[in-house]
Amino acid sequence: MILPWLFLIPFIGGLLCWQGERLGLGVPRWIALFTMIIVSALSIKLWIDGNYHLAGAVSGAGQWQMEFQAPWIKRFGISFHLALDGLSLLMVMLTGLLGVMAVGCSWSEIQRNVGFFHLNLLWNLGGVIGVFLAIDMFLFFFFWEMMLVPMFFLIALWGHNAPGGKGRIYAATKFFIFTQASGFLLLIAILGLVFVHYRSTGVFSFDYEVLRGTRMDPITEYVLMLGFFIAFAVKMPIVPFHSWLPDAHSQAPTAGSVDLAGILLKTAAYGMLRFALPFFPNASADFAPIAMWLGVIGIIYAAALAFVQTDVKRLVAYTSISHMGFVVVGIYSGNPIALQGVVMQMMAHGISAGALFILCGELYERLHTRDLRLMGGLWSRLSNLPPIAMFFIAASLGLPGMGNFIGEFLILLGTFQVAPVIAVVSASGLVLAAVYSLVLMQRAFYGKPQSEERLPDLSRRELGLMFSLMIILLFLGLYPQTVLNTSAAAMAQVQHYYSPGLTPAMNVTP
Amino acid sequence: MNLTADSFIALLPILITSATAVLVMLSISVRRHHWWNATLTVVGLNLALLSIIYASRVIPQAVTPLLMVDGYALLYMAIILVATLGCATLSHAYLKEYGGNREEMYLLLVLAATGGLVLTCSRHMASLFIGLELLSVPVYAMVAYMFREKRSLEGGIKYMILSAVASAFLLFGMALLYAQFGQLGFAEIGVEIAGEHAHGPLVFAGVALMLAGLGFKLSLAPFHLWTPDVYQGAPAPVGAFLATASKVAVFAVLLRFIAEAPAAHMGILRDVLLAIAIASILIGNLLALTQTNLKRLLGYSSIAHFGYVLVAIVAGNNITFEAVAVYLVTYVVTTLGAFGVVALMSSPYRGQDADAVSHYRGMFWRRPYLTGVFIAMLLSLAGIPATAGFIGKFYVITAGVESGEWWALAAVVVGSSIGLYYYLRVLVTSCLPTPGMQKFDAELDWGQQTGGLMVLAMTFLVFLIGLYPQPILELIQAATIAL
Repeated sequence: MILPWLFLIPFIGGLLCWQGERLGLGVPRWIALFTMIIVSALSIKLWIDGNYHLAGAVSGAGQWQMEFQAPWIKRFGISFHLALDGLSLLMVMLTGLLGVMAVGCSWSEIQRNVGFFHLNLLWNLGGVIGVFLAIDMFLFFFFWEMMLVPMFFLIALWGHNAPGGKGRIYAATKFFIFTQASGFLLLIAILGLVFVHYRSTGVFSFDYEVLRGTRMDPITEYVLMLGFFIAFAVKMPIVPFHSWLPDAHSQAPTAGSVDLAGILLKTAAYGMLRFALPFFPNASADFAPIAMWLGVIGIIYAAALAFVQTDVKRLVAYTSISHMGFVVVGIYSGNPIALQGVVMQMMAHGISAGALFILCGELYERLHTRDLRLMGGLWSRLSNLPPIAMFFIAASLGLPGMGNFIGEFLILLGTFQVAPVIAVVSASGLVLAAVYSLVLMQRAFYGKPQSEERLPDLSRRELGLMFSLMIILLFLGLYPQTVLNTSAAAMAQVQHYYSPGLTPAMNVTP
Repeated sequence: MNLTADSFIALLPILITSATAVLVMLSISVRRHHWWNATLTVVGLNLALLSIIYASRVIPQAVTPLLMVDGYALLYMAIILVATLGCATLSHAYLKEYGGNREEMYLLLVLAATGGLVLTCSRHMASLFIGLELLSVPVYAMVAYMFREKRSLEGGIKYMILSAVASAFLLFGMALLYAQFGQLGFAEIGVEIAGEHAHGPLVFAGVALMLAGLGFKLSLAPFHLWTPDVYQGAPAPVGAFLATASKVAVFAVLLRFIAEAPAAHMGILRDVLLAIAIASILIGNLLALTQTNLKRLLGYSSIAHFGYVLVAIVAGNNITFEAVAVYLVTYVVTTLGAFGVVALMSSPYRGQDADAVSHYRGMFWRRPYLTGVFIAMLLSLAGIPATAGFIGKFYVITAGVESGEWWALAAVVVGSSIGLYYYLRVLVTSCLPTPGMQKFDAELDWGQQTGGLMVLAMTFLVFLIGLYPQPILELIQAATIAL
């Protein structure tokens, strides 16, 4: 019974925030903070109680640590089916953590319509948690689309109109149309899968367990797989579908960016791991070289674009695309080491990108600009912010000791065993990451200061947020075994479904 | 032709509605009183709605060769009656301050509803034509009800002339079919079309002309040109009636024709319907993109929505009838809500409706709950999960996927994506900061008035159908299984 509460709490908390605004501007903030702390605490309790290391190590039985099922729309065999395994648990924990951060970082930024802002923020987080828990395809799609509406409002109503950009409403609408249109493709692909299953068995069902292992001819499988892939690729984003992301990030409020980069992008990777690979192992294996090359293109192309950005948030947005390229490469390599690296990379990137966006927000609050050309020399004007920024920039470039290094290293190590060429080319992404990260550092914090005036330093709230993220990131980097143990069973499961299709196809990959 | 007691019970909804029309007319002649006449209308319509429960005990019941009362007919009767009730409550709020004669609106509304009810159970060309005219003629007057307003009068005359032409097309088409087959019943025509002599030029011409006539009433592309002007000109409650009750009734009869004469649905006609569906979806959505007038925008979006419904018909499989019914229910609920908000914002009547998108700017910060309703309706029109519109779209896509109608599905995806753009635009506008003085605003106690209550009920339904559709799906499944 605890599973539905994981996403019901944010929904209820959101409503309370909205009405709580009547009592005072601070009330919604505290309610939102408590809501997300409760969610985090619940997920940590689940983590301590469960035994994710062993569960499902043997295929089939006991994949889930916990399940919840209630009838919903019987007409189509749709049920309200939630389940939790190591992968979803880690993602829910990440959502809870970044949720707390998102509330914390908008404490002073959002002064207008505070209640409604937190309603949207919490509903978005609730929807994301729903995505991570749902294993009924209809329910999954339901949450998948539903989480976009609050995000749309976050960008459209509380966003910035960055100079040179086309405005926040343009960005919000572009974000919504990209993701929603690809969502319709996903819906058609889901229905296609359901009907293929219905024709062969006579049973209408949207359930993950029932649909998995549906037999279909190769062309159907390939087409349906493409439907899933494109929907996830837009959200991830993989390169030809990425253009909404920099726009959305540059106009979004800080909390929106944290949410978008830290959690929303992860839903796509989660969808690939949970659904696209297990449903269509053969087609995915056939498609793997293309997907991996797309990932490689993303790594390099986005890194090159990041290098030339003048808007800090756009720069960080492009680095996100570059880092998610590693995730794609890792997922489609199907190697157990790489898959574990993918989980690590998702966690670490969520935290480091979230932290960088919070830093961008803090810089903006102090300088009222995000233009790198107007910065420079900030190290002498601020005492705490620059070293913290350096820490997270170093994390983002993959410095050993931080979670990102473990993630990228494992992905490259695993991929090298199946597709050496791709691994080698991807590794150049690490070099490019060093280039754009150091350029960012150089342009913003070193050089000649624009003025001698000291800027207000980080407040205790901001320092608290940053230090907690630093500690977690260091922990991930220094002792990754905890996370790896939690996801081991779930990743073994993914690999178990995916590998039968993989072996013959992979021999011909470059 | 034996009329038994059961026949009369089956006809109860139509009889009660007709009686209401007579009573309203008499009461107007006795004394003009806005509240009394409106109440009389609403009571009559509610009685008709309740009588559906009694009628459902004797179905299926063929009443003369003209009418067939079955579960399907009763389902659509219920939809039409609910829509008419919604329009009646909106009219009451809207006409409160109108200087002219207010009472005839209810008379016309009830008459048009009667026509709609006849259409739902019609299975003969004669009853089709009678029902259609009974539905259309009062609507001419309703559109032009604010005849001192230029747009209202213009819309009324435009609708009357074009609608008369469409009726002429329809009649001529019927005449051609009769000339070929000598039959007027749907089923008999279906048998003939399936037979050998089906492919003469007369049959093609007849079917094509009928399609043009019905396509006009449904404002499907390329017969849609009247829609935006008439929607803009019509007072908001009448716009709601045009978009809901009037279209649903015509669609019900079209669907029954296809059900009783399945052969008419095969071959080239199917391709024509597919082309009309795709054209309606694309044209409706594309033209809505640039609209700055909310009523015109809703008009164009209704063109697109009927394109989506046609996709389910083109798919022609075992869930077609269910899908169409589900879609129409969700569409009616949503559209009533959307027009309801427009009517509440415009009421009481001040000579012009609050129909420019800019009139809604910043509405969220002044009337948060009414705007919440408005946002829910826009999201439902856009087909976002947790609203009724999603369930409808889900059904249409399901029907399309089952038959492998990939072109139609591509149009649905493209159309829905374009649709998002203009729904979002309106939605964002209503949440932007207010620029100062407002020309229009809903009354403070809108939620305690009948119109407001109706809109709130529709919102509740939108979320109920969106979140827990099982009960309504069972009802619809039971009603459409007979076809």
